[in-house]
Amino acid sequence: MSATEPTPELLPQTPSQTVGPFFHYALTEEPIDRLDPDGQAGQAIVVHGTVRDGAGDLVCDAMIEVWQADGGGRYRHPADGRSADVPSSFIGFGRVATAKETGQFAVATVMPGTVPGRDGTVQAPHLNVQIFARGLLSHLHTRIYFEGAAANDADPVLAGIPPERRHTLLARPDGEQDGLPRYRFDVVLQGEDETVFFDA
Amino acid sequence: MSSTDARYRPRDAGANPPLDHPDYGSTRTRHPKQPPVPLEHTLSEVTGPGPALADVLPEDADLTTNAGTGAEAMGERIIVTGRVVDEDGTPQPNTLVEIWQCNAAGRYIHEGDQHPAPIDPNFIGRGRCLTDEDGTYRFLTIKPGAYPWRNHPNAWRPAHIHFSLFGPALVTRLITQMYFPGDPLHELDPIMGSIPREHWHRLIGDYDHSITQEEWALGYRFDIVLRGPDATPFEAGGAGALA
Repeated sequence: MSATEPTPELLPQTPSQTVGPFFHYALTEEPIDRLDPDGQAGQAIVVHGTVRDGAGDLVCDAMIEVWQADGGGRYRHPADGRSADVPSSFIGFGRVATAKETGQFAVATVMPGTVPGRDGTVQAPHLNVQIFARGLLSHLHTRIYFEGAAANDADPVLAGIPPERRHTLLARPDGEQDGLPRYRFDVVLQGEDETVFFDA
Repeated sequence: MSSTDARYRPRDAGANPPLDHPDYGSTRTRHPKQPPVPLEHTLSEVTGPGPALADVLPEDADLTTNAGTGAEAMGERIIVTGRVVDEDGTPQPNTLVEIWQCNAAGRYIHEGDQHPAPIDPNFIGRGRCLTDEDGTYRFLTIKPGAYPWRNHPNAWRPAHIHFSLFGPALVTRLITQMYFPGDPLHELDPIMGSIPREHWHRLIGDYDHSITQEEWALGYRFDIVLRGPDATPFEAGGAGALA
């Protein structure tokens, strides 16, 4: 059997279902939007943006989760052998809703460092992002890279994206917020400039 | 270290819903039209927040009293329990399980839910707990009611509880719904209908009389299977590196 065929004796995965419209009070009433409260994990930044649907309308009932490495490129996880060096207050996880009125989401975090890739490659600084919403029967998975980062040119994931779509994965410098460098990343669920989503 | 050689098995495409499912109207403008780009797993995907999310109090698992009003929620008291395992059957301990649901009358406390069913002031409809060493979670709650929605004429959601789990890695993240056995609304629900019927039983809790407590609460079992590792990490300690 090929490696891609399911192994018969495995237990079947539980299927995904939509988060629906009413998750807020359970999952985002207390948003996790300050990832580095002690300011120990790296260069502080703000990442913000919107989510739009195929009609160009703001998706004001979405949930965004981010997972990222610290400024040293280390994940707080046992599979990262360097996790002991991650500042203790930095989990690397954020969870926010898009605002009902403006459709905006924002997280205050740190610029991640470069992260080891497969086969000795190096991945450019990125946030791993999962998007949940009514109308999404399974969540979407994407990455936020940073426009102008020197390591982007050698990033193996970006290199695999058609050049005309690569810009959808880049957050752009967008002034300052509370004295911190701010980056904008807009998610487009469908249509022109549709964000690249990954089958991860 | 070489744990970036680890990866997780692919999502089960046959059992998971498509992003475009016309019977569920909200998918129409929200499903991406471009096919998802395959992503080989790196440290970014085989790590995840799950192991670090553990800020849970025991009372968070009792939805009949966690509104904090001092009074009990109204409705049919139920126990919902089960095991979180991966595809190999390996228990997933210390896994954060978050749930949310409407009340016994079919009303969410969410401001977006305005259908004319009563709000229960003693029911906030959310709970969370961690799995134990055996991967077992357990909630005490109220059986949720069915409720109308505007997807199609005379549309009603079957009674269900939303489940959110992280598991050991970013790619084991799962949000799903548990339904109740014997509900005639299953056949009419386009969200359940988004997955093939032969997989519906994976989303339906089993009534389990051994969980039911005499003169107290009915019991349901709902086991959850997360994606499993496709390769053993190659550093000393073996599979423990991803456990």
